[in-house]
Amino acid sequence: MRTAYLDTLYELASKDKRVYALISDNGAIVYDKYRRDLADQYLNLGISESNMLGMAAGMASCGKIPFTYTIGAFLAYRAYEFIRNDICLQKQNVKIVGTGAGEVYSALGPTHHSTEDLGGLRSIPNLTILCPASPVEVRKATVAAYENEGPIYLRLGTNRECEIYGEDYCFKIGKAVTIKRGKDVTLIGTGSILKDILDAAALLREDGIQAGVMNIHTMKPIDRDAIIQALDETGRIVAIEDHNIIGGLGSAVAEVIAESGRGAAFKRIGLQGFSGGYGSYREVKEMNGIGVARIVDEVREWFQ
Amino acid sequence: MKELEKFRGETTSGLEETSREIRKKIYQIAHFAGGGHMGAAFSMADIISVIYFGGVMRYDALSPQWKERDKFILSKGHACYALYAALARAGYFPEEELRHVGKAGSKFGGHPKIYDIPGVEASTGALGHGLSFAIGIAYANKADRRDSHVYVVLGDGECQEGSIWEGALSAPTLKLDNMTVIVDYNKLQAMDELENIVHMKPLAEKWKTFGWNVVEIDGHNHKQIREALLVRQKDLPTLVVANTIKGKGVSFMENVPIWHYRMPNKEEEQVLLEELGFTEEEKAELFQA
Repeated sequence: MRTAYLDTLYELASKDKRVYALISDNGAIVYDKYRRDLADQYLNLGISESNMLGMAAGMASCGKIPFTYTIGAFLAYRAYEFIRNDICLQKQNVKIVGTGAGEVYSALGPTHHSTEDLGGLRSIPNLTILCPASPVEVRKATVAAYENEGPIYLRLGTNRECEIYGEDYCFKIGKAVTIKRGKDVTLIGTGSILKDILDAAALLREDGIQAGVMNIHTMKPIDRDAIIQALDETGRIVAIEDHNIIGGLGSAVAEVIAESGRGAAFKRIGLQGFSGGYGSYREVKEMNGIGVARIVDEVREWFQ
Repeated sequence: MKELEKFRGETTSGLEETSREIRKKIYQIAHFAGGGHMGAAFSMADIISVIYFGGVMRYDALSPQWKERDKFILSKGHACYALYAALARAGYFPEEELRHVGKAGSKFGGHPKIYDIPGVEASTGALGHGLSFAIGIAYANKADRRDSHVYVVLGDGECQEGSIWEGALSAPTLKLDNMTVIVDYNKLQAMDELENIVHMKPLAEKWKTFGWNVVEIDGHNHKQIREALLVRQKDLPTLVVANTIKGKGVSFMENVPIWHYRMPNKEEEQVLLEELGFTEEEKAELFQA
């Protein structure tokens, strides 16, 4: 994901002088070609997230398009008020790009995990939130962030995501994607965890459970129609996210279902507290109750 | 391109009068609004007078979005009555509009908002934001090779915010010699004297150590303010430590922390009106409605 983002931004910045890559000392060698070819549009501001976002807002007020980048946890928690007051309140055209979504930086521990960012940011007016699930989707989302004026939070994973789309995949902000149609249940996910959801859906099919999979790549504005349609088609919804169960995808989907006036069998799978334990991303997800096995178990419960 | 001098406002000779009028206007706003941060606004009344009317800022009130304009960011947004008074006097909007600050239907509130109010370049209020925002403007101006200057007023208490020091490190690193930051150093904050709450001394030395071109002045002396605001040093941003008196111009408010946010009672108001030089006519206008 990270490479997909950086390559896409590099192309955008090469074509448009208004585009700036601002970083808060995170990215190391991956920014080498920016330093080499785009020195005037690349700026490492040091370890000062608040200053970076405030400055980006000021630049945007002069017509620049800053893409600010560092670990999402540091942007969303440390610099929340700068996102709110300087960027969103003033509708400044700043792109806030957080890497290491959820527990992607598994072994680095909870200080580096963005597991409450969506909950905090979702309620800020004027902010669009994109959580792409694969490298191709990151590319498309980055271009969309550039083309759509206004504050955008782009939630990226790391570099190890598999591809789930072809190059011809059509990405549209606010439009959920049905990856698999199902009859019995719809598994709704966002971001890197979508691959696990697809794996879980495949296992469920072996049990004879027809599980559909929906990708909500735009957390905000959320695609209400798609969720309601999935509800009507399958009657059961599970929202799965690498994020605390409060405030993120599960909450957003619950809001849509509750306001739809329809009854539904509904479950949320997400973190119950701070992430615990170390290991590979897969191991940490399993330890924290959001692994493939957990998804499968939760759905099976309905069919026993 | 427009004649730059045309937008530099009045000359220093009229500044005493200008500052008097600005202070009166600040009180008028507070009077009609029924409250506000008057002490902080009086503290910077002379500074804002010189910025807008002392031949310092280049602006065109009739075309607020003029691309070549200098910009002013009031980081200590709670002192916005001073800014509103200056903008009205400069002709950004009719003074009449300031009779309804903070009221339903007004675009003016207790902190300034961009877009709503012509001449306001950033929404401020939460402290510690204006400096980085201004750094972004100065950086963009450099990138565009635009000969525009950015002026920022920070509160001294505001300098307790960590983000101020992130910006303090950043601006000299980026060689932003196209920005001037004024610290309204009145040595009081909401609840007490600064030094009793957080040790800020030696303030000028702190900024110097961070790499700024520091000038220290009497923040009520128009000549000193003007000279300081026109200082430029290649590759260095300038920091003006303006020694001021919070509540300046109203004897019972001066240097008394409680006037950070408080309205005078009837007796106090009479003293205030005398000291600020309200004419009988102006007084009558205040109590009309």
